[in-house]
Amino acid sequence: MRPRHVGAKLLLLALCGYFLVPVWWLLVASTKNAEGLFSGSGALWFNGFHLADNLRDLFTFNNGEFVRWLGNSVLYALAGGIGCTVISVLAGYGFAKYTFRGRNLVFAMVLGSVMVPLTALVIPTFVLMSNVGLIDTIWAVILPSLLSPFAVYLMRVYAAGSVPDELLDAARIDGAGELRTFVRVALPLMRPGVITVLLLSIVTTWNNYFLPLTMLSSSKLFPLPVGIGLWTQLASSNNAGGQSLWNLIIVGSLVSIVPLIVAFLTLQKYWQGGLSVGSLK
Amino acid sequence: MALTLEAPPADVTNRTRRRVFKPAGWLFILPFLIVFVAFLLAPLLYAGYLSLYTKGLATGTTFAGFDNYTRAFGDPSFRKGLWFVLKFSVVVIPLQIVVALVAALVLDEVTGRLARFSRLVIFLPYAIPVVLGALMWGFLYSPSFGPIEQIAGAFDVRAPFLLSQGNIFYGLLNVVTWQWSGYYMIIIYAALRSIDSSIYEAARIDGANSRQIAVRIKVPMVSSALVLILIFSLIGTLQFFTEPQILGPIANGSVTPDFTPNIYAYYMAFRYAQFNYASAISFSLGFVVFLVVAVFTFATRKRGGLFS
Repeated sequence: MRPRHVGAKLLLLALCGYFLVPVWWLLVASTKNAEGLFSGSGALWFNGFHLADNLRDLFTFNNGEFVRWLGNSVLYALAGGIGCTVISVLAGYGFAKYTFRGRNLVFAMVLGSVMVPLTALVIPTFVLMSNVGLIDTIWAVILPSLLSPFAVYLMRVYAAGSVPDELLDAARIDGAGELRTFVRVALPLMRPGVITVLLLSIVTTWNNYFLPLTMLSSSKLFPLPVGIGLWTQLASSNNAGGQSLWNLIIVGSLVSIVPLIVAFLTLQKYWQGGLSVGSLK
Repeated sequence: MALTLEAPPADVTNRTRRRVFKPAGWLFILPFLIVFVAFLLAPLLYAGYLSLYTKGLATGTTFAGFDNYTRAFGDPSFRKGLWFVLKFSVVVIPLQIVVALVAALVLDEVTGRLARFSRLVIFLPYAIPVVLGALMWGFLYSPSFGPIEQIAGAFDVRAPFLLSQGNIFYGLLNVVTWQWSGYYMIIIYAALRSIDSSIYEAARIDGANSRQIAVRIKVPMVSSALVLILIFSLIGTLQFFTEPQILGPIANGSVTPDFTPNIYAYYMAFRYAQFNYASAISFSLGFVVFLVVAVFTFATRKRGGLFS
């Protein structure tokens, strides 16, 4: 090891510390009961081990509403994420590999719309949805999640770079139709990009807070972030029963972050490669 | 290097010899177009329409022209929120970019287990929902069970409560930097990795040291990634909503209903059912975002990025 890297490594260690502290605290706090949590000392170290009790309380509290929220989150993230990916991959491929009248105009609109603040759309979307009676249904959350101009942009760049025209022509000469050419020839070549877009759109839907917060009013339809937000409000307004609810919020937060961390760790090689295409080519 | 709007050259050369079934292109983008119209164009136009009307209990819905907009830009609450997000952007965006850039440059230089581990750890907050990231920091700041107060207590001093009226700016600054720097770091890192390393060899032969290579070669070569990040974080920060909304209940009243323009619009729409005025606020915010981004894109157009 060359000595000049020592400073760099110390800096990395400091950064790791900073980025891990909240997660470490969450992990430690999840194992404490209410007494340990409010004991007023040792917030960053273990004090008793009550993780199993906390988990049991979490999953049974209020007829297991947390499990319901978890299920809702999974449903919204998968339906929204997969749907968004399918739509964006098709569109990106269409923009990259076909010339048709109006293509550049439409694509310019898509790029311009990346600049439209999406939260500005939530209120009018709410009014439009309530006109067609979709408010407070799962569709009010899933359907708007299907839109991602940025994913289309990513897939266009990716398709243009990874699918050679010659290969498509060869497939056409062999008599394959356009759809078949796409599925059999182009799609396998685009796989790393597709997985990146899938991961990014699942994360976006899983994290979404503003949209479900406005669209849903029955708590049985809430995804995790909105549900935990609700608990936080209850816990801070209710001083008597508040203490035990804080425990549930903490262990619930831990359970909520585990799935995505696992997904990112296992799919590392895909998203790291895919993101490089998105940033620069 | 820069991403361009023009068609890939392959399309141009192939156009003459390739049999293109024209409707097929439209069919591929059709599902997206439907979603685009239904959930972007239609709400946008509808918000524009709503914002031009007012709804009174006695008068019903009447055309108001630009009254809602003059009301919004004259509304001290809207202006206060707007001022807050602009001020916040000016501090948080450079901060995030510096953290992300330094981390990416170090990770590009150092190899080994520590570097691989750090890359994942720094990126980790991106996989954590914003609501939970904000909550975790809220807990850490908490005087009743957070470590900050306890550590300060060990030295017999009182730690500042980072969510108090005077400190919440810094409390949020830390939350946002923690949440997004890693994502930006990965984008810059990926751009750095795509640079041909023979450039560094040439620079070294010319006598450049690592620091000079980083500042003179690497940073300029990833400038289009930096512009992209800047635009993304600008769009995100001006729409600031989730973190203050979540920290509100534990911040003892520091987060007012007019804390940011988006929170204000949310309250107007869903607490006071003033959808017309809320739409005008959203539109005004959108207009400010668009203006700031357009100015920025213009100022940095030579550096490439999304719209070069």
